Amino acid sequence: MFFAGKIRDGIQFTTASGVAISTSLSVRNGAQEMIKVENLTKLFGTKRAVDGVSFSVERGEVLGFLGPNGAGKSTTMRMITGFIPPSGGRVSVGGFDVAENPIPAKRLIGYLPENAPAYTDMTVSGFLNFAAEIRGLRGDAKKKAVGRAVEMCFLTTVLHQSVETLSKGYRHRTCFAQSILHDPDVLVLDEPTDGLDPNQKHEVRSLIRRMGETKAIIFSTHILEEVDAACSRAIIIDRGKIVANGTPQELRRKSEWSGAVTLCVKGVAAPAVSAKLYQVPFVNRVSVVEEKEGRVVVSVFPKANAGANRELARAIGEAAHDWQIEQLQTEEGRLDDVFRSITMPDTVKEGAK
Amino acid sequence: MNTWANIKTIAKRELGAYFTSPLAYVFIVIFLLLCGFFTFMVGGFFERGEASLVRPFFDWHPWFYLFLVPAVGMRLWAEERRVGTLELLLTMPITSWQAIVGKFLASWLFLGLALALTFPVVVTVNYLGSPDNGVILSGYIGSWLMAGAYLAISCITSAMTRTQVVSFIISVVACLFLILAGFPPVVRMLEGWASPWFVDAITSFSVITHFEGFQKGVLDSRDVLFFLSIIGFSLFSTSVILRGHRAG
Repeated sequence: MFFAGKIRDGIQFTTASGVAISTSLSVRNGAQEMIKVENLTKLFGTKRAVDGVSFSVERGEVLGFLGPNGAGKSTTMRMITGFIPPSGGRVSVGGFDVAENPIPAKRLIGYLPENAPAYTDMTVSGFLNFAAEIRGLRGDAKKKAVGRAVEMCFLTTVLHQSVETLSKGYRHRTCFAQSILHDPDVLVLDEPTDGLDPNQKHEVRSLIRRMGETKAIIFSTHILEEVDAACSRAIIIDRGKIVANGTPQELRRKSEWSGAVTLCVKGVAAPAVSAKLYQVPFVNRVSVVEEKEGRVVVSVFPKANAGANRELARAIGEAAHDWQIEQLQTEEGRLDDVFRSITMPDTVKEGAK
Repeated sequence: MNTWANIKTIAKRELGAYFTSPLAYVFIVIFLLLCGFFTFMVGGFFERGEASLVRPFFDWHPWFYLFLVPAVGMRLWAEERRVGTLELLLTMPITSWQAIVGKFLASWLFLGLALALTFPVVVTVNYLGSPDNGVILSGYIGSWLMAGAYLAISCITSAMTRTQVVSFIISVVACLFLILAGFPPVVRMLEGWASPWFVDAITSFSVITHFEGFQKGVLDSRDVLFFLSIIGFSLFSTSVILRGHRAG
């Protein structure tokens, strides 16, 4: 009898709804990889849209996905969410293989597609209720989920308006609300701030950062400041390949500007300043930014292996101690500079063909 | 259990979409006007002097559906692809089969509703005489199955394109073929030069041939199977086409 009871328990567990199983699994996984992408490849005809991309995202991590237009960002995201099948490689979400076991994997995902599509013939509340129902939410749970998403996305005023009549920002937020409705463990957001005004952009960024504490989030963007505002890690992808992967600080260090010192002095001529600065150790290049009203502003770039950049600033400070220093500042490195230096040469080549 | 819940949710949304747009009302009004006009004016309902709906009413259905059903079905997938909601729908935790069946069922139920609203014709014929209501019922069942077959074909063409008009035209042509294959003048022409087995093979593809049994009050399982297999095959083709689009 005891044995039979055991078996029945086991059966009950396996036949329990997929939601229950997946929740227990994701809890067990804890801080482990929620999204795992291995050697992902997608061919469109002979064009390699995505070419051997591998990365993983853990719970509590916000991954920024950067890259020029047509780099393969959206294609990668579509493969992660199971919309298009990969030509090669594997994606697993919360331990479920997206190709072999799509339904439990999709349950864990909230997805905001590019251009934020929504059924134009429905009202906002109708659309969100539909999304909740298809996510398996009913009755009170549905009501609560929709209410929470509406509140988080500030949709209360347009709740009974048809999606067709909404402005772009509201339509965008409606689709965003749909993606966070079921409080998913994994969020995949394709350009979540596209088409929003600066206030809304700020709102969405802080929302992403807040949700990123408990979820695994991956979002794509063109806007580099967003990487600083919301990401714990960033990947730069160009022509289907990952060309950089690291925290925003790490990426910034790749910049020529990383560790560069900007100096503003008064009462000296520019040639004299640069001649003197070239004698300072670690200095690779000195460039005069501006010379106006007796003030000279120069940027001093360190050698690649200069290491501790505070030393450069100190050395420059010593070299310039008999001038009148108005400003002495160490740069942190610029993301847009890294982005351009990594992706630009290829884009230019492509254009020249 | 879960499957049906998903299908129901999708069907409910789709039906709602018909009635929030003018499409549903325009369709129903035009369908009823056509039915009334052809039955009483062109079909010579009163002149026949018999209490039957076969010739004056059901005979026209294959031709009404030729234009009306593709108009209902053309938006099913073309619109989803154009607006981009297809991506949303297929990344939800449902299978593409559930989406296909749900959307098809919604449209089919809608067509059933339009068909059911022709009930005044039945009332009239019952008031004026005493028709065989079993025959009328089987005619209605056949008509609804035929509408389903047309609709499933519209599903394929709708999945093939982003443009509703293109979808409409292709499915009208495909449905026209299914009618003409059994249209008496065409059959007579074929008999003139083709061998009987070939004529049989062609006419057995026609909706008219299979609809005839229903009109006579015969619920032949072969006829039912014919329409159901067209529906099954078309929905399967739809799923293949949708998968093809996603694979790129």
